Amino acid sequence: MSKRARALFLGLLSPAILSLVAGGASAEDAAWNLNMPRGVTEVSQAAYDIHMIMIWVCTVIGVLVFGFMFYIMYAHRKSRGVTAANFHENLTVEILWTIVPALILIVMAVPATTALLKVYDTENPDIDIKVTGYQWKWQYEYIGEGVKFMSELRTSQDEQYGRAPKGEHYLREVTQPLVIPANKKVRFLITGNDVIHSWWVPDFAVKRDAIPGLFTAAWAKTDQPGVYVGACTELCGKDHSRMPVVVEVKEEAEYYEWLAGKKEEAVIYQSTIGKEWTNEELMAKGEAVYAVSCAGCHQSAGEGIAGVFPALVGSSIVTGPVEGHIGILINGVAGSAMQSFADQLSEVDIAAVIHYKRNSWGNDMGDIVQPIDVLNYKQNQ
Amino acid sequence: MAHGPSKNFFNRWLFSTNHKDIGTLYLWFSFAMFLLGGAFAMVIRAELFQPGMQLIKPEFFNQMTTMHGLVMVFGAIMPAFVGLANWMIPMMIGAPDMALPRMNNLSFWILPFAFAILVSTLFMEGGGPNFGWTFYAPLSTTYAPDTVNYFIFGVHIMGASSIMGSINIIATVMNMRAPGMTYMKMPLFVWTWVITAFLLVAVMPVLAGAVTMMLMDINFGTSFFDAAGGGDPVLFQHVFWFFGHPEVYIIILPAFGVVSQIIPTFSRKPLFGYSSMVYATASIAFLSFIVWAHHMFTVGMPIAGELYFMYATMLIAVPTGVKVFNWVTTMYKGALTFETPMLFSIAFVILFTFGGFTGMMLSIAAADTQYHDTYFVVAHFHYVMVAGAVFSGTAAVYYWLPKWCGRMYDETMGKLQFWIAFIAFNITFMPQHFLGLAGMPRRYSDYGLQFADWNMVSSIGAFMYGGAQLLFLYNVIRTIGWGKPISDPKVWEGAEGLEWTVPTPAPFHTFSTPPVVK
Repeated sequence: MSKRARALFLGLLSPAILSLVAGGASAEDAAWNLNMPRGVTEVSQAAYDIHMIMIWVCTVIGVLVFGFMFYIMYAHRKSRGVTAANFHENLTVEILWTIVPALILIVMAVPATTALLKVYDTENPDIDIKVTGYQWKWQYEYIGEGVKFMSELRTSQDEQYGRAPKGEHYLREVTQPLVIPANKKVRFLITGNDVIHSWWVPDFAVKRDAIPGLFTAAWAKTDQPGVYVGACTELCGKDHSRMPVVVEVKEEAEYYEWLAGKKEEAVIYQSTIGKEWTNEELMAKGEAVYAVSCAGCHQSAGEGIAGVFPALVGSSIVTGPVEGHIGILINGVAGSAMQSFADQLSEVDIAAVIHYKRNSWGNDMGDIVQPIDVLNYKQNQ
Repeated sequence: MAHGPSKNFFNRWLFSTNHKDIGTLYLWFSFAMFLLGGAFAMVIRAELFQPGMQLIKPEFFNQMTTMHGLVMVFGAIMPAFVGLANWMIPMMIGAPDMALPRMNNLSFWILPFAFAILVSTLFMEGGGPNFGWTFYAPLSTTYAPDTVNYFIFGVHIMGASSIMGSINIIATVMNMRAPGMTYMKMPLFVWTWVITAFLLVAVMPVLAGAVTMMLMDINFGTSFFDAAGGGDPVLFQHVFWFFGHPEVYIIILPAFGVVSQIIPTFSRKPLFGYSSMVYATASIAFLSFIVWAHHMFTVGMPIAGELYFMYATMLIAVPTGVKVFNWVTTMYKGALTFETPMLFSIAFVILFTFGGFTGMMLSIAAADTQYHDTYFVVAHFHYVMVAGAVFSGTAAVYYWLPKWCGRMYDETMGKLQFWIAFIAFNITFMPQHFLGLAGMPRRYSDYGLQFADWNMVSSIGAFMYGGAQLLFLYNVIRTIGWGKPISDPKVWEGAEGLEWTVPTPAPFHTFSTPPVVK
């Protein structure tokens, strides 16, 4: 039977059908998608296979039980002139329908156990990547390589609030995707910075909670280069739905080229810290940083949200001494949603965004904040 | 000897110690909460009708999902079944009233205050609880709005109310059964409620412990749930789900009881396998205590723990299957009619079983890696909570309403409500399975374009389902006010049990002299 015919057949038999598309098309091109993707790793394929076994077992049981019920509802209705029987006990059938489901479960426990063992096989990785969940972005650190960056949502507020048409990759695009090589066992060491997040890539069947103060581990190895999109799956505050996971799998050679490029970037960046930045440069950079890192809470014109997120317009910190303002960004505010940006933003970004806040929306401090000021502040702490 | 209710409105309702009046109060309160929680759901579905933020802000969206869950679980479903217990348990076991009538009054009247406190936070600065009905720390502690303290106080009051209600039910059933009403002769609704009451007494203090630890962390500098201070955020989840998993059976067991009363009545045939039903209920209750961490398959437990919780969870399918098979066999060779309560009960059996199937799938830890915290889970628990508990509660109201008020409801309107609810329910929640499998996480205020179609279908279904509840409200009010008067004590041809031996409508006091059960 062709896949389509089989699917149609099932659709008629039982509502338990979650599998009209038995192949598992990737999420991007499937608007009316019905099933889980089969994914590109050993683990995701094991998860998919046990998922399909369960669907079939449930479908068979469902067809039998519901079929019998519908037969009863048709044949034993009072309007057909039947009289009710009076039996109400039978030890044999009670034992039978206790034992048989138990046996089915024991049989199903075998593939379920095998699949779970695969999920937990995190030993001997080729590459370790530390994944840290922040409100509301991910940080990726290539352990031992000195490469570390934030991955944040790129979709604009205008698109989200209907002021601009939504792009094709609405809420599925980030500033920098995580890049991993094909054919290498990559282990993800996952933790949280503030609240609990959960890092999920459906095509890898990797979903592990990012818990502040603890580490969880997961792994992936795939031979299929491509871009895989996932999501945060633990409620983590207002922008829970706005911190997608995007992973790009590159061929091994390309990956190492990319990694070398990232290392070089870090070296070049060091030289820009000491440089004297102009007002225009800082404003341009600051505006970009603000849109990604600050506007989510403090809103796009610094007006904040009363009672939750303070306004920046006319704020005593923004219009006060520069040191105080830098301090807030470096240290955060304990016990509030204002986190420390010391590890999230570079000195240049912090200087630029502070400069931007102090000279926008009617704030008119007129002073210039240089990256070197931020670096000095950090070192003097 | 017997006197009627007080003529003074306040005396009658505020100071009532009568199990029927308190039952009525519980039922109306729970229906009001059901409409409120439903209104929150409508806001959620309206915002999710299409991608993008159209109507509300994300922070308000989170308050809506949280309040929807809290109000439905603690305000609508639980009090509804306590109301049914109040009305029916004394009448079913031949008792004149509940064992502790004044405590009965107290356990009801603190509830409206608990919910007034909880709901009022929506209007406060910073907004209401926004951390989900499962309120995981540290989102609910360090990062919570200040109103979280009102939430904690509200939860404490609800817990006290539930514990008092449960003690009352246990005391009533243990001490006030009519002569000859042995335990194994009690109607199944009574059995399921006794077991539920024991669950409540066992786990409500655990919930109180969880929120008290939160209170300490927030206000008194302790670090139960903060790793930086030597605590553990995962500890919160263990404590919460040690309460939370029995909690879902607290909701569903009385629903099992209701259906076990209704199906025999309209099959005109005794319940099949009574004693195995009792044992199955007890087994489910026992298992509910030892499976909690299957809600936490992604927190990175050691594999031994994960395997144990997977196997234990799979086991639940056995006693649950026994119940389903017994219901179906009760119908087998009966003489079936399909009045509204029966329609809701049959739909319960089918849709609850479907929810059970997805529950089995969720128990498989490797596959749960994909399902966890997606719309697949949302679909699963709405199949067991809505098509389970709410359908069963609706069936119970239609089944016993004629006995309560001596008037018959409009059958056509009841059936119309059933079909709208049944179809709309499936339009709402079936597509959520697909959304979850395709990768849409739950508690998302916005989503990518690939989820747009099924979300729109789901929202349309939700609006229809909401409409059906207004029909329900109308039908109940119409019945009480203007329904066709009836006086047959039995009401239904196939009804069996003590509650059908008292006059219709049930007088203010019943069984002042205990009946003798043979």
